[in-house]
Amino acid sequence: MSAFWSAWVTVITLAVIFGCTWLLLATRKSEKFKETTEETVGHSFDGIEEYDNPLPQWWFYMFVATVIFGLGYLMLYPGLGNFKGLLGWTSHNQWEREMQHAEEVYRPVFAKYAALSIEELQMPEHEEGLKMGQRMFANNCAVCHGSAGQGAIGFPNLTDDDWLYGGDPATLKHTITQGRNGGMPAWADVLGEDGVRDVASYVMTLSGMEPATGTDVTNGEKQFQALCTACHGPEGKGMQALGAPNLTDDIWLYGGEFKQIAHTIRAGRAGVMPAQKDLLSEDKIHLIAAYVYSLSNK
Amino acid sequence: MIKHETIEKNIGLMILLIIIVISGGGLAEIVPLFFQSSTTKPIEGLRTYSALELEGRDIYIKEGCHVCHTQMIRPFRAETERYGHYSTANEHVWEHPFLWGSKRTGPDLARVGGRYSDAWQKAHLYNPRDVVPESKMPSYPWLFENKLSGKDTAAKMEALRKLGVPYTDEQISAARDEVQGKTEIDALVAYLQSLGKTHSVYTNKR
Repeated sequence: MSAFWSAWVTVITLAVIFGCTWLLLATRKSEKFKETTEETVGHSFDGIEEYDNPLPQWWFYMFVATVIFGLGYLMLYPGLGNFKGLLGWTSHNQWEREMQHAEEVYRPVFAKYAALSIEELQMPEHEEGLKMGQRMFANNCAVCHGSAGQGAIGFPNLTDDDWLYGGDPATLKHTITQGRNGGMPAWADVLGEDGVRDVASYVMTLSGMEPATGTDVTNGEKQFQALCTACHGPEGKGMQALGAPNLTDDIWLYGGEFKQIAHTIRAGRAGVMPAQKDLLSEDKIHLIAAYVYSLSNK
Repeated sequence: MIKHETIEKNIGLMILLIIIVISGGGLAEIVPLFFQSSTTKPIEGLRTYSALELEGRDIYIKEGCHVCHTQMIRPFRAETERYGHYSTANEHVWEHPFLWGSKRTGPDLARVGGRYSDAWQKAHLYNPRDVVPESKMPSYPWLFENKLSGKDTAAKMEALRKLGVPYTDEQISAARDEVQGKTEIDALVAYLQSLGKTHSVYTNKR
């Protein structure tokens, strides 16, 4: 703050405090200070009059106390322009102290769990570590994956043992740290609407569902073998390296009804798991991964 | 010495004295902020909102998002652990009006950009309970139908430029094409994804 503005703030602040003090003393009516009288201020409205008595003493001294408190506060804390206050307090260094205290308290706890593998963390004696992971999951992951990891349409369920990219500890950590970008292309232009419906019907037969009426499953299979196997594999069992889902089970990220499958083929899908590497430290990701691992490895 | 009676019976004089008394706080606490570099100089590398993000910001205001969501992370560990680095005044120099908010019914959004995918933001705004069963946020399905014409976007950017937001002539002339035909949800999600991402001075790792 420039010297001018520093002086501006200081002068106005002190002028207001001393002005209030002057007003308090100037209107104190010291001669009547100790006693109340029957004298009124002289005006009468609808017969209502007002006594001309001084402020009660306790009230007066409360005003004096606020002035003393104010001056004391301005001595200790930054308030008068560039004067930093005798305590040297700032909101930033208060925050830093808080962070440092947390670091001292929690660092050893995180370090203890960081030294353990995700499999070891599943042992009952490390329950506290998983509990920490669960709390961090609730804060950072639950809005998409659900408060119990149950997922939602478009957001994977983490409690089953079906994994898009793999559910082993190393892959889980990689997924959380680096994020994932799913890329199912849109096939409407290539297949045409009839082709989309045929392929959707064929995909339904892969998991034993009945194909939709009025579709040509044979053509669907032909198109599937030509276009879809690069990611989903010739048997439709998926490919974890690409995040391509297994189409032969009854788990459907975007819904397993004919309409929903056809829409996925027609318009494509682009599921995104945001990378957490700029948001969460490695120690925290480790515990979150351990918790996620525990959901499907009870 | 002015008598109590004189002040009480001259309303003009009383108004004047009241103004003098109550202006003290504003003159000392507010006026200097108009002239401090910490509140008037943008943070290093700050970028302006794109035309689409700017329209999204107006939808954010129109739908009253700021009534339940703040954009102001306070310097307490409990907040920085959850939301990232605390907010500073120089991040908001180009905000007209600022959207700090004053009440959190939902979480703070100052650095929500990039935390969730576009698909999640859309699903969540369509009906929050589809993705967060416990949520009490209202649904905004009309955002998916309403299309933007973009006819006022350039004028808005001109107005902001008059207030000191450094929009370039190219940005302004391209504004209409960038916005036209997009839905309100596209604009709002673009805005939400930009929050906290308009500069990269702070690390938000925790």
